[in-house]
Amino acid sequence: MTAEASFERRALHHPSFAIGSALVLLLLATAAISLAWTPWPPSELDIPHKLALPSAAHVFGTDSLGRDVASLIMAGARNSILVGVIAVAIGLVAGTAIGAIAAASKGWVEEVAMRISDFTFAFPAILSAIMLTALLGPGIVNSIVAIGIFNIPVFARVTRASANAVWTREFILAARVAGKNRAQITIEHVLPNILPVIIVQATIQFATAILAEAALSYLGLGTQPPQASWGRMLNEAQNLMFQAPRLAIYPGIAIALSVLGLNLVGDGLRDLLDPRLARRR
Amino acid sequence: MSLFLLRRMVAFLATLAGASFVIFVVLDILPGNAALTILGPDAPQSAVAALSHKLGLDQPAPTRYFNWIFGLLSGDLGVSYAYDTPVAQLILGGLSVSLPLAVMAMALTTLIALSLGIFAAARHNTLLDTGVMTLSQLGIAIPNFWLAILLILLFAVHLHWFSAGGFPGWGEGPLLALRALFLPAVALAMVQAAILARVTRSSILEVMREDFVRTARAKGLTWRAALWRHVLRNAMIPVVTIIGLQFGNLIAGTVVIENVFYLPGLGRLIFQAINNRDLIVVRDCVMLLAGFVVAMNFVIDIAYVAIDPRLKAQAP
Amino acid sequence: MTLLEVDDLSVVLSTARGPAKAVRKVSFALARGETLGVVGESGSGKSMTVLAMLGLLPEGARAAGQARFEGRDLLSLDEAELCRVRGDRIGVVFQEPMTALNPLHSVGRQVAETLMLHRGMSAGASRREAIRLLDRVGIPQAARRVDAYPHQFSGGQRQRVTIAIALACGPDLLIADEPTTALDVTIQRQILDLIAGLVEEDKMALILISHDLGVIAENVGRTLVMYGGALVEEGSTSEVFARPSHPYTQGLFRARPRLGAGRGTRLSTIKGAVPELADIPPGCPFAGRCPLSIPACDAALPASVPISASHAARCIRLDVALGSA
Repeated sequence: MTAEASFERRALHHPSFAIGSALVLLLLATAAISLAWTPWPPSELDIPHKLALPSAAHVFGTDSLGRDVASLIMAGARNSILVGVIAVAIGLVAGTAIGAIAAASKGWVEEVAMRISDFTFAFPAILSAIMLTALLGPGIVNSIVAIGIFNIPVFARVTRASANAVWTREFILAARVAGKNRAQITIEHVLPNILPVIIVQATIQFATAILAEAALSYLGLGTQPPQASWGRMLNEAQNLMFQAPRLAIYPGIAIALSVLGLNLVGDGLRDLLDPRLARRR
Repeated sequence: MSLFLLRRMVAFLATLAGASFVIFVVLDILPGNAALTILGPDAPQSAVAALSHKLGLDQPAPTRYFNWIFGLLSGDLGVSYAYDTPVAQLILGGLSVSLPLAVMAMALTTLIALSLGIFAAARHNTLLDTGVMTLSQLGIAIPNFWLAILLILLFAVHLHWFSAGGFPGWGEGPLLALRALFLPAVALAMVQAAILARVTRSSILEVMREDFVRTARAKGLTWRAALWRHVLRNAMIPVVTIIGLQFGNLIAGTVVIENVFYLPGLGRLIFQAINNRDLIVVRDCVMLLAGFVVAMNFVIDIAYVAIDPRLKAQAP
Repeated sequence: MTLLEVDDLSVVLSTARGPAKAVRKVSFALARGETLGVVGESGSGKSMTVLAMLGLLPEGARAAGQARFEGRDLLSLDEAELCRVRGDRIGVVFQEPMTALNPLHSVGRQVAETLMLHRGMSAGASRREAIRLLDRVGIPQAARRVDAYPHQFSGGQRQRVTIAIALACGPDLLIADEPTTALDVTIQRQILDLIAGLVEEDKMALILISHDLGVIAENVGRTLVMYGGALVEEGSTSEVFARPSHPYTQGLFRARPRLGAGRGTRLSTIKGAVPELADIPPGCPFAGRCPLSIPACDAALPASVPISASHAARCIRLDVALGSA
């Protein structure tokens, strides 16, 4: 049996991975469809029909400005993915580079690289975003940069730990005997071997990025109107908690399902991509 | 002191210094003339110059940096432009809310996570274990501020057990104040506890498979006694690591949750300061929060030494 | 006088490939003060046999049969009763000294724990006794080292500490499961001599598990040979070594390097590999690799055939096997 076939078979039999994939697909499909079609234009105001109850015309009802909640949720999925992908990419590229360099060079370079990455732990995404907002004013860029910075040390640590393990393996020794330098070995052998770990981490960081974006937008530091954002929808809903508590429900469920889906996929991938576990199954 | 702690101490101080430097660059040098930022572009030249002098902006950057650091060390944090009050006083006011909130949330997190984690691990592979783990997976996915809103909807709007927000102040008696902090602390703790409970459980299960646990059982310890006497302390090492990493999230979460519950803590202070373009207050608050995160990681290092004799002694 | 009587002990492991019989109807008896060796390859079920007796099987494993220790069946005792036997009447030394001790507790505390548990000793008294025990197992400067942690000891010293733990309550039976396998060759001899000496002094019974025939030959009076979860041969050590009878035992002895063998003499090997537990046929476990096997070997686990008053093997082709040896 080929590795691919067995991977798919195992994936389908891994319940949390299957559920997670379904949720992630739902998120991606929602975002993709929203590019072409939403029930109503997400930013179209319709004050006369504000705070309408769910109906055939407005599946989730309308908000305080008469906007269609379902359309806002769909457009919000797009926004979450945008912020998540860019922020994770920043963390992944910078963090993996730092981690791989640290593992390849050892000695003081490793020490300095890891101290720098530890140092950024002192700045949770919200603190960075607060500083950036104080500096530049609020905006989506702030949240992307702030979340991205906080992702760097996460990837750096994971990369270094797994890369160190790879560096002790025999085939690395063989490559060194064959005259390859550290950079070549890192690119040809170390990175491909730690790719599964990076993919798993990226999935999980994607989930935390969605949470962080929601928090920043909720605080008004992130996505600004008229762009739809789940976090800001919750902020607006909080003021109407007594009149229309349902408005606080939909965006929260959207966030929770997306994060749940990504976390389940991450956990599932960890099981499925781990060769030790695969052999045991 | 052990070599390990000495090294961590140096790293701790270096990180603090680095953090202060970054914060200074971002919030003092990059904005250009803070007086202009504060007064707006239409302000008359003379007013900008006067404010610059008052804020000490006419001095060179290195002088300003060291003035700031020495001020921090001596408790003189400068004067808020917007409130015309010493920043130290504002921060102390904020801390009197934020610190108890963070401590309460931390205590709740640890309490819930350890009990759930131990409970699930002790019932490994049973329905109860699966149930707890499924719940925790859901808990991780829920944003803390949404949970806060749901808690307000349930306990304040529907049941009227707690108020929907606000803070009576410590003057009204500690019970009232703690009551106002309870829901926010629960909202903060739940999500963190979900993560920590999973870590606790898997760490216990991992240690359970170690040889020394079999030795302990061969001595005649029951499964349960072996769990309490031998497994837990070993299992705490990764748990403590995660507690340290979570503290940053907790600080960040405090800022968010204070805004949900309209608590006059550091988080609110920072937001008002941003709106008032009160950069001095923002700078000092961010430094303080970053300092907390770094200090907590140092405390975690000390905890390692307390747990693990392998890190003790061994002088250079 | 019989100390331990094992009757039809079986262990079933649940593996990814379904249930696997790790131990198949093993029976043997052990008198007070007797020394017994169990020899076999890894996976032969020798460790599982003792773990089953002690109630320390890994998760997902089930034991059946009886193991009567001083007249009480260990397998039907509840956890609390079993715990009163473990560590008190039966002491155990495991294979891996590097990981067998809790890294976070001082060695003294780990020895004293047994005493406090079974003897109800105070902290002070158990500490004094722990020092005495550490001294007895040959830890130099025991009074000073009692508060040291496992990482401050060498592998051999750690194994001495686990022996002190096993001995603490003066057990009637000491079980040593590959006690020297993880140690340097020079240390192995010291540890085995220590165990032999202590067993002699305290008149303990000993079950010594090893894959090393030399270790068995020098240290025990009676030997069991296990293969594929079954007991294939048993007898007094001298008889088993003088006249190995089961084809597996014979193969084991032929595969042993000997001093003085002529140059160019090739070591013989047993063809094939140890089968996975789940694949072991219902009949003789060795049939698949045995040069003498006939179809009847696969029918059922052979009965024990006496060779002398104190020597027996489970093989239906014993006549051929003994003739060829």
